[in-house]
Amino acid sequence: MTNALLTKFINKHKRTDIPQFRPGDTVRVHVKIKEGDKERIQAFEGTVIARKNTGMGETITVRKISFGHGVERIFPLHAPVIDRIEVVRTGKVRRAKLYYLRELKGKAARLRERE
Amino acid sequence: MSPGILGKKIGMTQVFQPDGQVVPVTLLKAGPCVVVQRKTPATDGYDAVQLGLLEYVKPKRINKPMAGHLKKAGVEGVRFLRELRLRPGDADLKTGDRVLVDQFKPKDRVDVTGISKGRGFAGFVKRHHFRGGDATHGSMFHRAPGSIGASSFPSRVFPGLRMAGHMGVQRVTVRNLEVIEVDPDDNVLVVKGAVPGPNGGYVIVRRARR
Repeated sequence: MTNALLTKFINKHKRTDIPQFRPGDTVRVHVKIKEGDKERIQAFEGTVIARKNTGMGETITVRKISFGHGVERIFPLHAPVIDRIEVVRTGKVRRAKLYYLRELKGKAARLRERE
Repeated sequence: MSPGILGKKIGMTQVFQPDGQVVPVTLLKAGPCVVVQRKTPATDGYDAVQLGLLEYVKPKRINKPMAGHLKKAGVEGVRFLRELRLRPGDADLKTGDRVLVDQFKPKDRVDVTGISKGRGFAGFVKRHHFRGGDATHGSMFHRAPGSIGASSFPSRVFPGLRMAGHMGVQRVTVRNLEVIEVDPDDNVLVVKGAVPGPNGGYVIVRRARR
């Protein structure tokens, strides 16, 4: 139960340019990276395996296989370091946290597309 | 400028600054307040204002003496009244004047006073941050106090020794909190960091001395 004023404040500060996606979807997260005084954008593409917390502290965990190794990155959804998020592919899953994907690889780790 | 304002704690969240830094913030519903009484050196021996936080109060919850006191300022719904000392340089407020959040602006520093959350009868570890013993490895000494003094001399426990006991429900002031945002439409003051007390608890917000 959150206060109406608190909800209003959070809604004002939340980012509105985040597309709708769910765990199981494949997303490409464009992250701003500072190198010295230059800024460039790097993309991280993978499956969303968890979406945690609500409000300003909401985060997503994105998992991908990079050169045979599983790599996971946790992104704060409302942080300004995130330039934009693209949904690449949807995935049909039956739970909210897909930690079981960590045990699987190759063909077994595929997800069926959502209609 | 008023020396401060009264308010209520709404709750905590976080905001991102343009450079990407996360700042923990507390939202306070600050004001609208009204000056209920003005104390002057001539009549009371010191300079102060008594502020009242305007909110809805059932009329029967205000007894007659209080209703009469509030009537002088021309207000009705006030439950939380607190006095703030006036220092040289503060505005000369008169009875009936409104005090609103718009007198604060981002980057201002404030002191926030509230009543801390009650912890009941708390042990040493929680109350005084004593370390306690090992939980395992055959330890038979967990969260007990240990020695509280010597033996036949002095034959007593020195007063003031830190022990278990009632914790919380105390007046606590957090100093020098930065104002992050001010919303005059909703009377919301956003300060950096934590503020004593539960959500919905009354707080006094004062301009920081330094």
